[in-house]
Amino acid sequence: MPIIEVENLSREFQVMESAGRFRRRRKTVHAVRGIDFTVEPGEAVGYIGANGAGKSTTIKMLTGVLVPSSGRVTVCGFNPVPQRKALARKIGVVFGQRSQLWWDLPLQDSYPILGAMHRMSEADWKPRFRELADQMDLGEFLSTPVRQLSLGQRMRGEVAAALLHRPELVILDEPTIGLDMISKEKLRQFLDAERRENGTTLLLTTHDMSDIQRLCQRVLVVDDGVIAYDGPLTGLAEVAGAVRTMVVDLAAPVHSADLLTLPDGAVHQGIEAEGVRHSVSFDPRRLSAATVLAAISSTAEVADLSLHEPDIEHLVRQLYGSTRL
Amino acid sequence: MRAYWELAKSSFRRHSTYRTAAVAGAFTNSIFGLIRASLLLSAITTAGGAIGGYSATEAATYVWLGQALLAPLGLFGNAELAGRVKSGDIAVDLSRSVNLTASYWAQDLGRAAFDVLPRGVPPLVIGALVTGLAMPGTPGPYLLGFVSILAAVSLNFLGFFAINLLAFWVLEIRGFWMLYMVVMNLLSGFLVPVTWFPGWLLEFARATPFPSMLQTPVDILAGRTDGGESLALVGVQLVWLAVLVVIVQVMLRFGSRRLVVQGG
Repeated sequence: MPIIEVENLSREFQVMESAGRFRRRRKTVHAVRGIDFTVEPGEAVGYIGANGAGKSTTIKMLTGVLVPSSGRVTVCGFNPVPQRKALARKIGVVFGQRSQLWWDLPLQDSYPILGAMHRMSEADWKPRFRELADQMDLGEFLSTPVRQLSLGQRMRGEVAAALLHRPELVILDEPTIGLDMISKEKLRQFLDAERRENGTTLLLTTHDMSDIQRLCQRVLVVDDGVIAYDGPLTGLAEVAGAVRTMVVDLAAPVHSADLLTLPDGAVHQGIEAEGVRHSVSFDPRRLSAATVLAAISSTAEVADLSLHEPDIEHLVRQLYGSTRL
Repeated sequence: MRAYWELAKSSFRRHSTYRTAAVAGAFTNSIFGLIRASLLLSAITTAGGAIGGYSATEAATYVWLGQALLAPLGLFGNAELAGRVKSGDIAVDLSRSVNLTASYWAQDLGRAAFDVLPRGVPPLVIGALVTGLAMPGTPGPYLLGFVSILAAVSLNFLGFFAINLLAFWVLEIRGFWMLYMVVMNLLSGFLVPVTWFPGWLLEFARATPFPSMLQTPVDILAGRTDGGESLALVGVQLVWLAVLVVIVQVMLRFGSRRLVVQGG
């Protein structure tokens, strides 16, 4: 039986917009329009789309914080809105922008409260907490008040809080937003291990392509309130022709793109900083970054470089030619 | 139930981390106690020794008990819930498997328990030293006073919670808040004892829950009411408690439905 079943789900909002100096007009915004999808237990699904595409609205409907305008949602066998409290014991939710921890208490003080809320006995939540604290390296800041934690530390605490009651399904809304590379990677490794070991279902929204690449076998792309793509990530990149961009700073300026040797398939995108900075895009399936760098280095000395992954907005826009954003 | 106990304990600890604030608060309560006591005492002297059945020491006791209970009873309230509705953090509260009112209530009781020592004791000590206090010598008033304080903390919590819940309908609750504070300060007997009011205002005050929020525990603790009267007053508090619980639950039901239906 699927853990999430969404059938013809829609949600619209009434917003007031000004029409003239005093008059206001009621306008209907369709945030989600008739989406269908199911998620099987143990799957890891990335739910992606541009800002305002309807991701958060869908998540709120899945967790029972928002009533659908029409359609049907079943999560862990529950109807989310009327059975919100029962559902809360089955799922874990992480809002990247909000905190479920007690802001002015030491981090470790949040877990006994959460354990009690989930009606877990001490013999039940304590070992689980120790396991989570160990895996997420919470040890050194367990006695620090939450308000004094760095964002990376706090997010690890948040994820541990969402997983304390061994939920069947974990919903993460932008879990890696604002984190540095190392914190992101730690979080991904942990979530991946959690899913492999305990069969926890993951549904996450993100703007970071690497989150999806590392964690999800399946991607749902939502664009303008409809599901635009449902399938493996590789398929998405293929359809969209995702490109990576390498930006190199040269030791000595080179004023023309023609003077730089590039491998076949790499495209020179532009020159900045009076010939010092060049950007080159290439298809990661055909060329490796090392090949591109070796080619450039053969004609000019490279002082510095950075690599840019295709971002999701860009992919979605390329794929569907959407002009919103 | 265990969740609410944990929440109350955590709230006690949260408030105990702000010790400087507690000291500053106790200092302020004591200074205002001196001002209020001197005003009332000069009024009583001018009136010839007593007003509305209050002698000078009794009036001073009324002031100092009021100042001591001000913080524990939560007479200034807090707008945490309204803030969370505004910021959207209410979504986190609604994703928890607990009753929203009960979880905030438990946290307020934890706060009150913490406030008793650092905020309640200093004004009483200063009052005893400066003006003297007229306190009863039998244990009865203290026992019933304790029950009455518990009821009053809960009533104050529910009153402010209802104002907070207005945030589900209006973006800015400040106006309602100010209005509530003015009415509550007057009718709860915080400014002057309600028995000093003209007859019509006294009748009106007694038809509201406000005297139960401060006047009642102060009167019971000071031993102004005898056993039977005190029991009746606590009974009135419990009736208002039931009424406010119903009002708050109805507001919460419609308010969260509005949030859940309209989004935001």
